[in-house]
Amino acid sequence: MDNNKEITNPGPLQTYEDNLAKGVFRIQQCRDCGSHVFYPRQLCNHCGSSELKWVDVTGRGTVYSTSTVRRRPEKGGDYNISLIDLEEGPRMMSQVMGMDPEDVVIGMEVSAHVGLIDDQPAVVFYDKEQGDKEW
Amino acid sequence: MVDSLRGNAAVVGVGLTEFTGMPGMNHMEIMAVAVERAIADAGIDKSEIDGIFSANFVELLTPLTVAEYFGLNPTYMDGTNTGGSVFVNSVQSAAAALTLGLCNVALICYGSNSATGKFTHPPAMRTVEDVYKPRNPISPYALAANRHMHEFGTTREQLAEVAVSARKWAQLNPAANMRDPLTVQDVVNARMIVDPLGLLDCCLVSDGGAAMIMVRKERARDFPKKPVYMLGVGSRTDHNLISAMPDLTTTAAKPAAEAAFAMAGVTPADIDVVELYDAFTINTILFLEDMGFCEKGQGGEFVSNGNIAPGGSLPVNTNGGGLSCVHPGMYGMFLMIEAVQQLRGECGDRQVADANLAACNGNGGFLASQVTAVFGTEETL
Repeated sequence: MDNNKEITNPGPLQTYEDNLAKGVFRIQQCRDCGSHVFYPRQLCNHCGSSELKWVDVTGRGTVYSTSTVRRRPEKGGDYNISLIDLEEGPRMMSQVMGMDPEDVVIGMEVSAHVGLIDDQPAVVFYDKEQGDKEW
Repeated sequence: MVDSLRGNAAVVGVGLTEFTGMPGMNHMEIMAVAVERAIADAGIDKSEIDGIFSANFVELLTPLTVAEYFGLNPTYMDGTNTGGSVFVNSVQSAAAALTLGLCNVALICYGSNSATGKFTHPPAMRTVEDVYKPRNPISPYALAANRHMHEFGTTREQLAEVAVSARKWAQLNPAANMRDPLTVQDVVNARMIVDPLGLLDCCLVSDGGAAMIMVRKERARDFPKKPVYMLGVGSRTDHNLISAMPDLTTTAAKPAAEAAFAMAGVTPADIDVVELYDAFTINTILFLEDMGFCEKGQGGEFVSNGNIAPGGSLPVNTNGGGLSCVHPGMYGMFLMIEAVQQLRGECGDRQVADANLAACNGNGGFLASQVTAVFGTEETL
């Protein structure tokens, strides 16, 4: 272990969000054990290494579980909350968009887009079949 | 070197408030009602308390607040916060501290005005989930329920059976908040909150306080009430955010219960009464499976046909649970006190006959912290 390793600012979480603000979805990968890491961390949660690099993702994923949050229409209506297993391995929370929230099903293949939720950049997912749809 | 905490410490006093609303009282005032009752139940002087174990969702530094409020100068304090499971965790810490002589009389206590007061949280760390606006704490449990339905064919009717069984127990408990008759159809037809969990799949939000006093086994027989011994305990976690939970259909209650049963030297088949943290109907199914009361995936079937209701093969959540009795923000304390009272034989119409061994499982966060404790009467030592 290199105890004098340079600390790079900003930290991993800020870097992730800065990338999203540029429309780019990147996650970390460990140079030592090869695992992909999400959410962004200072140390690999698999092997403990601090040798994490930023990598592009395919954006492909599968719905691991899904739910519909019921909300009054005047407050914006129902919306989806899903857990997506990324092709690289990590699981993330997201919203599957472009369809009725209750039509999202477990096992569905989805693709990632960087969009906005309440003006905040966020990775959201669409049904793979309509993955290139602009929104 | 202590090789086991089995039987080293016993509960000698418990106190509960009423569970109906206590408007105008803050969480410390509600806690104090329960503490006074626990002290009276144990027949001790409050100055004997030298260990404090307390946590809540509304303030930090809770053990300091508790010590100051009751005018105590403890030699041991534990303000660990693992969510609603924490008080079962406290039993582990208290048993260890008592065993090592770090304290002699441990007070575990909680109070909440979550029904009638303003329920606020201290600032929490921002996470990558926030932007998606999950309706916490319901969304994570809905995601687990949906995955369980997908993998094992569990139905909404089976989830509803959990709520109906809890209600049947509550109907035998005069202190329970919800005692009107309830059917599976009532639960299934209730307003949807986060699919697949409807309003009656979710626990109550109530006021309530609870307190428990523990001492070393050498002193346990010197109190007015029948001592209830901690025979085994196991505390585990495998995530905090729901997106980091490895498998949404298997919780850390599996290794926690394995550890607790191993320490106690008993198996699920030996247990007379089970008290689980039923914040949502899916919880009871997950924990019964994970603790080994039925096979993984069979929980929906296991809870059906009144099997966990009064008269069923396994008495579960005999006070009516968080679903029908009381759920003031953190429920872990209340399920343990129900276990203690069952083992003392104090439960009136809902008393489980010949109850000598009780298994409790506290759940904290979003299925994240799981703490199992096995309690037993003198005969089980």
